[in-house]
Amino acid sequence: MHNEHIDKHFNDRNVTEMSSDYYLVGIEDYPSDNWGRFKRILKRSFRGELFVGLWVVLREMIRFDIHTVRYPEEKMPIGPRYRAIHQMKRLWESDTERCIGCGLCEKICISNCIRIDTKLDENSRKEVSEYSINLGRCIFCGYCAEVCPELAITHGGEYENASDQREHFTMYQDMLTPLDKMRAGTQVEFEGFGSITPHEDERVKKTPLAY
Amino acid sequence: MSKITINIDGKEIQTQEGEYILNAARANDIFIPAICYLTRCSPTLACRLCLVEADGKQVYACNAKAKEGMSIATSSENIAKERRAIMEVYDVNHPLQCGVCDQSGECELQNYTLEMGVDSQSYSVKDVNRKDKDWGHIHYNPGLCIVCERCVTTCKDMIGDNALKTVARGADALEAEFKESMPKDAYAMWNKLNKSLIGLSSGEEMLDCTSCGECAAVCPVGALVDTHFIYTSNAWELKQIPATCGHCSAGCQISYDVKHTNIDNTDEKIYRVMNEWNYVSLCGAGRYGFDYQNEVKTKDERAFKNAIEAFKKADTIEFTSTITNEEAFVLQSLKEKHGYKLVNKEAKAFQTFLNNYSEISGTKLYGYDLEATHNANFVVSVGAALKSDNPNARYALNNSMTVNKGAGLYFHPLKDPVIEGLGKSIMTVYHAPLQEEAALYLILDLFADKEKLPSDIVNYLASFHSTKTITVEEIIKEEITEIVKVMKKNEESGEEEEVEEEKKKMVPKKISKEVEVDDNRLLEILGADDKFMENLEKNLAKKDSFALIAGADLYTHPSSKNLARLLALIEKYSAFEITMIPTLTNSLGVALICELDEICGEYTIGYNTKGDFTLSALGNGDLDMPAINQQEGTLTSINKRVNPTNAAIGYKGYELNDIANELGMKAEHVIEYTSKLPLDKGFKAKNFDDLPNHYDNDGTEHRGYLLDNVSVKTNGDESVETFGDKKLEGTIIYMANPVRQFTPFTNKATNLDEVSGVYMSEEFLSKSDLKEGESVRVKSDNGELIANIVSDNKISGDIIVLPTFDSKINSEALFSSYRFATASIERV
Repeated sequence: MHNEHIDKHFNDRNVTEMSSDYYLVGIEDYPSDNWGRFKRILKRSFRGELFVGLWVVLREMIRFDIHTVRYPEEKMPIGPRYRAIHQMKRLWESDTERCIGCGLCEKICISNCIRIDTKLDENSRKEVSEYSINLGRCIFCGYCAEVCPELAITHGGEYENASDQREHFTMYQDMLTPLDKMRAGTQVEFEGFGSITPHEDERVKKTPLAY
Repeated sequence: MSKITINIDGKEIQTQEGEYILNAARANDIFIPAICYLTRCSPTLACRLCLVEADGKQVYACNAKAKEGMSIATSSENIAKERRAIMEVYDVNHPLQCGVCDQSGECELQNYTLEMGVDSQSYSVKDVNRKDKDWGHIHYNPGLCIVCERCVTTCKDMIGDNALKTVARGADALEAEFKESMPKDAYAMWNKLNKSLIGLSSGEEMLDCTSCGECAAVCPVGALVDTHFIYTSNAWELKQIPATCGHCSAGCQISYDVKHTNIDNTDEKIYRVMNEWNYVSLCGAGRYGFDYQNEVKTKDERAFKNAIEAFKKADTIEFTSTITNEEAFVLQSLKEKHGYKLVNKEAKAFQTFLNNYSEISGTKLYGYDLEATHNANFVVSVGAALKSDNPNARYALNNSMTVNKGAGLYFHPLKDPVIEGLGKSIMTVYHAPLQEEAALYLILDLFADKEKLPSDIVNYLASFHSTKTITVEEIIKEEITEIVKVMKKNEESGEEEEVEEEKKKMVPKKISKEVEVDDNRLLEILGADDKFMENLEKNLAKKDSFALIAGADLYTHPSSKNLARLLALIEKYSAFEITMIPTLTNSLGVALICELDEICGEYTIGYNTKGDFTLSALGNGDLDMPAINQQEGTLTSINKRVNPTNAAIGYKGYELNDIANELGMKAEHVIEYTSKLPLDKGFKAKNFDDLPNHYDNDGTEHRGYLLDNVSVKTNGDESVETFGDKKLEGTIIYMANPVRQFTPFTNKATNLDEVSGVYMSEEFLSKSDLKEGESVRVKSDNGELIANIVSDNKISGDIIVLPTFDSKINSEALFSSYRFATASIERV
């Protein structure tokens, strides 16, 4: 079902015959002779649209009824699905890192900007020894957050990443939710692609257990 | 074996009579699911996934043999149910840790679970506590183990260590209702699975085997992992570089799995070595000895200039056989151009041996290869410390014994518990050093066609025979008559009464009698035990294909010429298929390409060996060279195959080709010489880039090309000399390496941690007053060295082994050329 829809949407490009939704936009033909071109120059130069714009600005300035946000003093709330600088989440139960070092984010990254080194730790578990995101290359597509099986790597709302070195924003320790935030219980779950959908419980098939 | 036609899923295919259905299907690109079966090993019947319907009957494709006209369906409704249930069973209590598992997507459990569409679970059993185990170079995670027993199978049928076995799991019994409700085979398979896990046969905590790591390679899940590799990389991140192992003459197919070193360093690093384990088995050196590259920061122009100067001054190039065919070609061309002497003692000995052999055999090379040994069912080894000289030859010997129900005969002075451990059907003859000729004469005596064999030799062999009278004890069956009482119905009265009856009975009786038997003095000379002929007869029953492996002891033997001629006679007049083990990685290639000289001149360039000016890939010379894993080129293997190998990691310095270009040759890359290798020696005019490096599904090897075995003119002289009774006596030293070590290159590898020293068996140490770790002076007629004693449980008996892999211990100095010598040992 789903595929059919996609097929139709992307593949039905036959504008004239099949779809009545399409209509042609009225575009004047380009002038072909010099007189026509001269007329076009005159028309564009003396249209006065510049003054329309200037007038709007002047009018709004005098009115003191400004609708824009006074950035940086004032900031818009960021949507829960916004994809800015990455964060590393911790487990609610134990405050330990959620990342298991599976490397799926490294694999799926289409701009090839994630690299991860892992090793065996003293508890015989896989440990992430180095984690780096090259923000110079990152296109904030969100695939890493979507593929992450542990909801560990997510995007956050921090979009102000002007700095000498962008990599300062992706130090692994800094990406992790601070422990005091965990203690206060204020870690925010990401709601974008890759997060748990509201009806997940109903979709799960239970496995019998012999305990 | 004849060709037959069978029908699988409506497709007519040709196969050999007696081939397993599974192999026949695989060879023809027909998919039958199977986890536990390993090509070249015996069927395990653990997974039962390969169920098929043959002529309407359900059979296991891995152990059912194809018959003419058989009609096979790879699936049916019932089989599909069984397979799905089997995969559900495998998933019971299997942790969902795919994210951190080292198998990382190369998992057969994952593949088949998806293949069978398992999307829900119907079965359950209480799990047991399954803790990780560190077995040394192998790490076992029983939680991930599906007990397919592939590790056990390969260790037994291919490697011959028998180091692994199944052990009790200690789980609760399955609930009774499953027996009724489950598909039959799935239940049987689960019932077995639920009782076992993998453990060490020795019962010890750590693995003490020849450490080949083949068990981890064949593991379909992440249960067995090489300790050095755990959690270092996902498999999908690794780029596979097809190559040929550069450590010994087996020339095994390998792939170097490379990736950037770490986040900071983008230089490629080798993370592991993998192989096509269905068709080739690696040894520990091949598997773990991969990081022997020569790391060079930049081109050292001064050293290069010095090297050119040295080449202009030099009259000799001395080198080892750890080089490619192309490099050997370069050296030979330099000889032709500038008149250098080429000195390589070990390749020279092999070359001379081959030439002597050709005089009778009429061919440039020995007739067969290890493939023939794998397929034989009676294998003899003479003059090789098989487990360390060429581990693949040992695998071939073991494989022929386990899978072809074969037997083996091992002639060597050094007692070897590893060879003895291969099984009951291996016979070992530990003869005295220098008596190798007697062994070959014995083989001629036992197996050659006496009617065709030159009469001189027949007469000579007859001179060893005499008859003697011995008393043997025999058990015969004797008939005796005894009187027994039985109850019988009296026909008249109808009552039971006791009657006496005579009964004849056979009882065994021991008698001794005197018989005349043939007495073969060769057996006495070789020190074979009294039961030798009896055992041999038993072992020779039903044997029809014979293989002989000859080793490096023969090439350096004082009467090597005679030995070579004897080998040729054996090949000519008996059914034995002969394979010779080239001493080092490319000894065969060097022996064919280079004209070698005996003695060094006044100024010597050493290549990977010490000279007045030293070129070295070991990093300790005057000019650095790339190691084999940093080079493109070809290597000639024991199987007479010219195998291509590729550079796994970069090399930034100069190579031999740069020097050759400076000295008047011209090639941008050394592989331009691949097509120019001498055709009259059997090489082919093929470009390097056209050489394949893979196996077909039916196991056909497509790697490089096979050398032509060029015929050589013979003069018809087939005379051989008699042998003397000269033996080495006293304390005997032998030049051989421990398992997993071959050259200073293997010594450089970080995962091969064999301690070097003077190897003595535990048996020898307990008899003498020497102790492990003590420093001793070993002194022979030729020289002496001081090193520490290492107790080695992979050898037994009194012979002391000196290694060559550690350049700090100059063992060669103690030997004239033969690998054995007498020596004195004293504590320092």
